[in-house]
Amino acid sequence: MENQTVTPSELKTEEFVVNIGPQHPATHGVLRVEVTLDGETVKDVLPHLGYIHRGIEKMTESLGYKQSIFLTSRMDYLSAHINNHLCALAIEKAAQIEVPARAKAIRIIMDELQRLTSHELWWGSCAMDIGAVTPFFLGFRDRERILELFEQNTGNRLTMSYIIPGGVMNDVRPDFVPKLKALLKSIKDYRKEYDQLITGNYIFQHRTQGIGVLSKEQAISLGCTGPTARASGLSCDIRKLYPYDGYEKLDFKEVIDYGCDNWARYVVRMEEMSQSIHIIEQLLDNLPTGDYRTKLKGVLKLPAGEYYQRVESARGELGVYIVSDGGAKPYRMKFRTPCYSNLGAVKPISVGMKIADLMANMATIDLVIPDMDR
Amino acid sequence: MKALYNYLKEVAFAFVSLANGLLLTLKYFVTPWKSIITENYPDNRDHPSVADEFAGEVILIHDENNEHKCTACTLCQMACPNNSIQIISKQVETEDGKKKKVLDQWVYHLEMCTFCKQCIDACPQDAIKMINSYELSCFDRSTLTKVLNRPGSKLKEKAKVTPKVQE
Amino acid sequence: MISMIQFSDVTTWIHQLLSSCMAPWLVFLIELVVAAVAAVVALLVCVIIMVYMERKVAGHMQLRHGPNRVGWHGLCQLFADIIKLLLKESFTPTRADKLLFTVAPVLSLCVSLLALAPISWGPGLVLWNTNIGVLFVTAISSMGVIGILMAGWSSNNKYALLGAMRSGAQIVSYELSAGLSIVTIVALAGTLNTGGIIESQANGWWVLKGHLPAIFAFIIYIIASTAECNRAPFDLAEAESELTAGYHTEYSGMQFGIFYLNEYINMGVVAMIASTLFLGGWQPFYLPFDFPLAHAFNDIMALKFMETWPAWISWVSLAWPLVWFFGKLFLIIFFMMWFRWTFPRLRIDQLLKLEWKYLLPLSIVNLVIVALFIVLGLHF
Ligand code: SF4
Ligand code: SF4
Repeated sequence: MENQTVTPSELKTEEFVVNIGPQHPATHGVLRVEVTLDGETVKDVLPHLGYIHRGIEKMTESLGYKQSIFLTSRMDYLSAHINNHLCALAIEKAAQIEVPARAKAIRIIMDELQRLTSHELWWGSCAMDIGAVTPFFLGFRDRERILELFEQNTGNRLTMSYIIPGGVMNDVRPDFVPKLKALLKSIKDYRKEYDQLITGNYIFQHRTQGIGVLSKEQAISLGCTGPTARASGLSCDIRKLYPYDGYEKLDFKEVIDYGCDNWARYVVRMEEMSQSIHIIEQLLDNLPTGDYRTKLKGVLKLPAGEYYQRVESARGELGVYIVSDGGAKPYRMKFRTPCYSNLGAVKPISVGMKIADLMANMATIDLVIPDMDR
Repeated sequence: MKALYNYLKEVAFAFVSLANGLLLTLKYFVTPWKSIITENYPDNRDHPSVADEFAGEVILIHDENNEHKCTACTLCQMACPNNSIQIISKQVETEDGKKKKVLDQWVYHLEMCTFCKQCIDACPQDAIKMINSYELSCFDRSTLTKVLNRPGSKLKEKAKVTPKVQE
Repeated sequence: MISMIQFSDVTTWIHQLLSSCMAPWLVFLIELVVAAVAAVVALLVCVIIMVYMERKVAGHMQLRHGPNRVGWHGLCQLFADIIKLLLKESFTPTRADKLLFTVAPVLSLCVSLLALAPISWGPGLVLWNTNIGVLFVTAISSMGVIGILMAGWSSNNKYALLGAMRSGAQIVSYELSAGLSIVTIVALAGTLNTGGIIESQANGWWVLKGHLPAIFAFIIYIIASTAECNRAPFDLAEAESELTAGYHTEYSGMQFGIFYLNEYINMGVVAMIASTLFLGGWQPFYLPFDFPLAHAFNDIMALKFMETWPAWISWVSLAWPLVWFFGKLFLIIFFMMWFRWTFPRLRIDQLLKLEWKYLLPLSIVNLVIVALFIVLGLHF
């Protein structure tokens, strides 16, 4: 044995398992990702869920329909308005409630503002996962301005419970429109700073381009939706495909990129922010006047049956499936959340990459952990 | 030659793009009075930047005569998704000998409230509202359970006849 | 700095004073201790300023105030932190290698302090005036990786191990181009002695009069030394979004504090070398041009006008080189902080690619060009 030389290929190396999470700076929540590493290279990724499971679906079965809505804000807390909107739409569809035009417009404005906040936060945290800390603060600064607007008009900043069946909880303040116009103008300026600091950055481009390639076929078979799938060339914008609350009357583009990589996902989200601003601008100039809600009875009962409704949340297709037995409480309420399906994409796009790319992949897929676990 | 040109172009692009980002952070660094957005929180207590509409806490509205409008109908209690409200009523006898239900204690569990405003929405009398208090933390959880009707307060007489007006 | 009081006068005076009343070996010992303590204290003061600066720079670049609660504008924040670190338990994981775990931070601290020895702080103000000064610093600073590897290995933590391996690969490779860019200046100056290199820049800093190669060498050195200090954008060894805290994940209390201190001392050493080699150390700014305005400017910069002033004022001029030295030091450190708070992090393969494919060939070519310059006598 003594005289034998060992060539590097014969050297016995060992793969080892690293737990990224449940508490880890890159998972933005309590997701545990079991990563098998060969040196720096990722061999296997196994996400474990359940650390923030709160049983929201089960809880709705003991609450009324109106009361369930506030729970949905806690699923994807970064797009609370959109989640509320989803529930309100489903209930309205089932109970055949007519919604005033003003309420519809306000809902869409709030949805798009929410999408902006979500994407701004994502921009910051994505840059932070790739190692730049300053963008995180810029993203929060810009999000803060919108949250202030939410606070003034809906009363809450993060979990608004503002969109309710029949309309919205209360009317917007009289100074809403001028304030929002000023805000949109400054958001456009902020966008330029984003491009200056991160989009145009050579290091960032090389960290994202060609990394984490998710092909269109994979995106379809994994059930990916939202910007993640649209960056793989899959047209899946619910606002275009199944328009709700007047999206069909608005002029906006479905942002699709065929790059399939992290860079494409980044570009899609950045472009979606411009589209959101465009949508809000169209509504602001002629915000319908009139009632902001249809008054409903205290206890809401849906006719027996099954109902499905979907909306486009900031992360993808958000759906709710309601089974009603005609009572005051849902028999079953099942949510189809985008992050849960998108999480499936982490493994196929990360295997064979470096561990730093795994973080970049998880960042650009934009995972919100409470949305997966419910 | 082409390769060298491309190589140099890439290096130049890298430098320009990095310098671009550096300029932005330098701009923030040298103009802190414009760029800093942090609020010096405990120092600006007197003029907080909290909107009046901010939903911080439920209160029962009392007027100057120490009268409230709550009829103890428990609609808010039923509307609340997480049982933050307990309406404890008692039977009293009015002058004309009729039994009548009046509010005894309006118990509010701030520690469980999710600030969803369902109770405000459900109240037919507009007896409750949300105020923008924001320093809610305390050392003892039990201090968050509050009785909202003030001692000695009673029902406003007119409240029973005015129906809820839609704002 | 002509005909005025020099630091060497002060040190000689102290030496004579001590020699007059003590045995030579005792004098040597006392001088050794005094010099070492003085250097370390000066460095610690620098570190305190650096930490405060880092927090303020980071804060202002990130739209924050930075520390502003403890003391005036948060000046005492660091002291509060030190007290906190001292009071905290230095926790050792059960299955860690106890000996190596304890030795690692101390070792890295010693290594980075050793690199201070040949640095010339001012004219005649040098701890160890050796003719291998720069070589010594390069040799010593490459030992820093041992402490990091030790810390990563002994903590029995996968993050720490990965971080340590990364930092090993990184420091070993970036040493090459850092070394080559140092050699460029050494070739131009014709000496390894730090004082000698600074003297050679009396008629203009190398980065100004050394043509393009010196500028290239400067840029390469700044990049390579940032990488050697494990500073962002090359902070892969402690990439917080991937490895939580890298090689010092398991350290707490003052042991962590030592690693933290170490990072700043390393930055300080690197910045000192950069200012010595490229920016003329304690030499004031000098315009290497030949027209009257430049001459007047250079005379003012060299404090020529002070020569006619009373002798006691010339004591003030002792501080002048120090002002320049520390000014350059903090300028370079500001640049490193500026980079850190602007750029995203590189990936490990990109990091190595940058070194082996770009910086190293560039610095070799650079060195050859400099050699040609010297042979042809093109330099000043
Ligand atoms: S705000 Fe919501 S949670 Fe709070 S008491 Fe009212 S109904 Fe209950
Ligand atoms: S507060 Fe309003 S809803 Fe609640 S019991 Fe009183 S009157 Fe009824």
